Amino acid sequence: MPKLHFRYEVDGDDFTRAGEASSKLKQSLKQLGLSPQLVRRAAIAMYEGEINMVAHADGGVIDVDIDTVAITIVMKDTGKGIEDIGQAMKEGFSTASEEVRQMGFGAGMGLPNMKKHSDYMKVDSEVGVGTTVTMKISIADE
Amino acid sequence: MSAARFSTEDLAASLGFTPLNQARLPAREITSVYCGDLLSHVMGTAPEGSAWVTVMNNINVIAVASLAEVACVIMAAGSRPNEDVIARADEQGVLLFSGAGQIFETAFQVHEKLQL
Ligand SMILES: Nc1ncnc2c1ncn2[C@@H]1O[C@H](COP(=O)(O)OP(=O)(O)OP(=O)(O)O)[C@@H](O)[C@H]1O
Ligand SMILES: [Mg+2]
Repeated sequence: MPKLHFRYEVDGDDFTRAGEASSKLKQSLKQLGLSPQLVRRAAIAMYEGEINMVAHADGGVIDVDIDTVAITIVMKDTGKGIEDIGQAMKEGFSTASEEVRQMGFGAGMGLPNMKKHSDYMKVDSEVGVGTTVTMKISIADE
Repeated sequence: MSAARFSTEDLAASLGFTPLNQARLPAREITSVYCGDLLSHVMGTAPEGSAWVTVMNNINVIAVASLAEVACVIMAAGSRPNEDVIARADEQGVLLFSGAGQIFETAFQVHEKLQL
């Protein structure tokens, strides 16, 4: 398979469109003939990141690279950043607003889900500067 | 092992749930039943092919249902989606049903059928 690159822009205020980028990636991965389980994991992991970009930052950019070894998803925003990444990674920790909670988010499960559905995950964040989440999903050892 | 397969068509036909877009989408087999309202929790744990019972009815439900690949969404306790949500569900191929029963009762009805 040749190396592929996809870029998605995520609108920061639009909860009704959150998930579009993940849907598009899912379609593309399906067309590449990757296994349904792999496609599902990538789509779920990216969706959680996409929602976080809308709920906790003001949108951002997602770069996805696919080669024979892995799907690499890099989600970058210039939002408020995360103070304590270790705490943010814990199941149940959430600073979601009341508005966001009313929509059904704010369980504090997004980052843990991203970790669970990827083979490698790294969160880089600086308060006031932004957050970059990198995830890798291996294709090779399937 | 269940001999007779249970599909989304049986939800209206044998359990009386109201189909909201069944006429426009292909039926799907239901292999389990799942309950949840916290969307990230659902995203992380809903089994593929399950009938997802929830009281949530906003547009994000459709994204979660589609990406988690559940067989359908059953909005319980009289919860109903608006037109925009139904339109998005049509677009994404997510089957929607609604029912008056509470979550447990609704899920239990489906569960019983799956045991046959
Ligand atoms: N991109 C981001 N920018 C700033 N803060 C973030 C970002 N992503 C996550 N966080 C912080 O980490 C916390 C935990 O994130 P996580 O996705 O696990 O849960 P949540 O978004 O609060 O709820 P859920 O994902 O269950 O709907 C968030 O509440 C927020 O404080
Ligand atoms: Mg989240």
